Amino acid sequence: MNNSKKVIFTILISVLLMVLAACGDGSSKVAFLNVSYDPTREFYQEFNEAFATYWKEETGQDVAFQQSHGGSGKQGRAVIDGLEADIVTLALAYDIDELVRSRQLLNEDWQTELDYNSSPYTSTIVFLVRKGNPKDIQDWDDLIKKNVSVITPNPKTSGGARWNYLAAWGFADKQFNGDETKIKQFIKELYGNVEVLDSGARGSTTTFIEREMGDVLIAWENEAYLSLKHESDKGEFEIITPSLSILAEPPVAVVDKIVDKKGTREVAEGFLNYLYSEEGQEIAAKNYYRPRNEAVLEKYKDQFENLELVTIEDFGGWQEAQKVHFADGGTFDEIYQ
Amino acid sequence: MTKSIEVQQDASPIINRKAIKSYALQESAIVKWSLITISLLFLALFLILPLITIFVTALEKGWATYVASITHPDALAAIKLTLTVVLIVVPLNTIFGVAAAWVITKFNFKGRNLLITLIDLPFAVSPVIAGLIFILLFGAQGLFGEWLYQHDIRIVFALPGIILATIFVTFPFVARELIPLMQMQGVTEEEASMSLGASGFKTFWLVTLPNIKWGLLYGIILCNARTIGEFGAVSVVSGHIRGLTNTMPLHIEILYNEYQFTAAFAVASLMSILAIITIVIKNIIEWKAKEV
Amino acid sequence: MELTLKKRKKKTIIPGFSLTLGYTMIYLSIIVLLPLSMIFFNTLSMSWSEFYETITHPRAVASYKLTLGTALAAGIINVVFGTIIAWVLIRYDFPGKKLVDGIVDLPFALPTAVAGIALATLYSPNGWIGQFFDFKIAYSPLGIIIALTFIGLPFVVRTVQPVLQNLSSEVEEASASLGANRVQTFLKVIFPELLPAMITGFSLAFARSLGEYGSIVFIAGNIPMKTEITPLIIMTKLEQYDYVGATAIATVMLVASFLFLFIINIIQWYTNRKFNQY
Repeated sequence: MNNSKKVIFTILISVLLMVLAACGDGSSKVAFLNVSYDPTREFYQEFNEAFATYWKEETGQDVAFQQSHGGSGKQGRAVIDGLEADIVTLALAYDIDELVRSRQLLNEDWQTELDYNSSPYTSTIVFLVRKGNPKDIQDWDDLIKKNVSVITPNPKTSGGARWNYLAAWGFADKQFNGDETKIKQFIKELYGNVEVLDSGARGSTTTFIEREMGDVLIAWENEAYLSLKHESDKGEFEIITPSLSILAEPPVAVVDKIVDKKGTREVAEGFLNYLYSEEGQEIAAKNYYRPRNEAVLEKYKDQFENLELVTIEDFGGWQEAQKVHFADGGTFDEIYQ
Repeated sequence: MTKSIEVQQDASPIINRKAIKSYALQESAIVKWSLITISLLFLALFLILPLITIFVTALEKGWATYVASITHPDALAAIKLTLTVVLIVVPLNTIFGVAAAWVITKFNFKGRNLLITLIDLPFAVSPVIAGLIFILLFGAQGLFGEWLYQHDIRIVFALPGIILATIFVTFPFVARELIPLMQMQGVTEEEASMSLGASGFKTFWLVTLPNIKWGLLYGIILCNARTIGEFGAVSVVSGHIRGLTNTMPLHIEILYNEYQFTAAFAVASLMSILAIITIVIKNIIEWKAKEV
Repeated sequence: MELTLKKRKKKTIIPGFSLTLGYTMIYLSIIVLLPLSMIFFNTLSMSWSEFYETITHPRAVASYKLTLGTALAAGIINVVFGTIIAWVLIRYDFPGKKLVDGIVDLPFALPTAVAGIALATLYSPNGWIGQFFDFKIAYSPLGIIIALTFIGLPFVVRTVQPVLQNLSSEVEEASASLGANRVQTFLKVIFPELLPAMITGFSLAFARSLGEYGSIVFIAGNIPMKTEITPLIIMTKLEQYDYVGATAIATVMLVASFLFLFIINIIQWYTNRKFNQY
């Protein structure tokens, strides 16, 4: 081996070693990872602290929390592709079903393992409008008026947007007594008014508030409240609750295959159970999620207006809803044909 | 990506300079200044204003908020991760760039154009695809997914995945900078050195390297800049775990999504400062290169 | 692909052919070819008709048109203004010239996501610039063109600049002494010399624009059939857990980029050689 080869060889080897050292660094830390969707950031930040104190008292264990947030579909895909989530707290059950279908990461009946369809908190879909409601938007049928510009995310990429879509569909279904042609026409006109179709719920909120685009934002109730709180300096907004909406149930689940591999089942189950505790429910309510616990709900009842709610079951469950509405060639695609 | 093209330098006819009226050699002042104005306006509209926006928004809520944003533990972790990635990616791509430029410019072989095109390819591949291919390879359902899972080796959603995606995206930068330069320089000097009995390595070190060092540095700087700033590809393979797999651009996106616009722009301004430093270094290099 | 030394009249004495070629090929294969082949590999699980249907779906076709159209528009804007800027930077002196020269590189160094956010802030209807216009800039194809212009500008400037620099003044003087006026000199003497560099700069900017994602998603509006770019279609398919569909669209993009680059490289190699023969 001559000189030049030796030098290049040495360089190659040292670089390889650097890469290996880096790999080791990345995988040595075992921690508790909650993979969640966009609007839960503030909620889990607060909840994690409360749970850490509680868990320390109960078991003496310190928990190093890791949070990952993003669009629900994107997050589900990351877990399927190997992101080692101990628990998933996503926007809709379909994304967790997908973990079962593709890699059997959970049991098929995961949704029966915890109370209330494994959804410790719920939300619904409301409108956010600009101060004084200049376009006088009161209900879904106001959104299809000619001069109204609507902001909502893309149902293909955003979990929240699917709830938005189904809520609108639910309203039209009632309005037109199930006449599918008329419902589709309504949805088509509604999405014809959509000016920006962001890929996630947070993106839409930013477009509506920071960029001042659109007259109305279709949003999660908790997201709408949160923007009122955060964006007071950007001018004021009002929340409009439509006559009918959908009961949005963001589910939570332990990822069996991963907690068993990492040995974190106990803390993962403890974490989810604590979501149902009074303190957990209280934190959820404080972050504008509708709690399941009656007593807590009563305490925060001023915050949550009563309205008629359809559920995902009215659409035959998520598998069916996905197939009919959001899969390629579904009703959403028909809008843009 | 500078590409110099040698221009013909044949003996020019004897010119009676006095005979040429100045308007034939120079544009009128009106043309000159309107061209300058057009250039400056264009640059202001497209480059300078966005830069100013970043800094204005970053400092909107005062200096204290600014400092707090960039010294937040998650921000520091993002900075550290980004630097780690730079330290690994840039040397690897530099070695590759030199080797590839050497083989392409010093030898004549079939398929050379194809090879250059393949080296260029990552440059035109969408970052989204760049991220996706590593998921298809190393993701849990990917080609090596099962094997990696059994051996508990994590590539995607950890540092190695981020590094691989970044290497891919910044792959052509050094080579692309060196190829036209070395092509122009030809092989005469190396051949002379070799025939005088110098070893191959000595020839490279003493003859080739001094000739290409400024081009090489420029390539490294471009590679470095893109490494720091890559967003699309890294976003696909990162997993977005706060404080662990978030690089600086991803951290900006997260802050942006958390309604912390000021903090997002603060980190963005930090990256802009890095960009400006890069540009300054680049200009010093070019200035030195002209001197030599 | 056959990679052997062409038999030449004179055997080269430069060392390292097999070492550097081997290393280049191995590194290239591991980092680029093997991963990219996964795209084709995955697409193979589709039948031909499924593949055809996916890639010719009206939304996909609309996105190709949008991506190509905006990349083309941005490329043309950049060629015109980039050449003017290069000219101004080489030929004229004015205060702050060094600074302007430096700032041209900004898009190389600034992360695309940051650029996207900043541009959206500026050009949205309530932004510093957007407020002066009656029509939408951000959230329309115009916004995409602006983002791509930002991304592509340095490619043109940095390609044209060195050529202008090397252009010998004697040629211009000769032209002038033969009685040509300035416009004639520019059109007949300078412009032909600049053209190859302008084409190269355009194609680099264009190629880069085809795949751009980070800056565009913030400013595009993402409305299907109107402002949805091809990389976004891939993302959308991925998020629907449709990996195969995503790789099918990715295949189209890959083949297009490859062919485009290949043609450009051949043109470039050819023009370089032509110049070197003098």
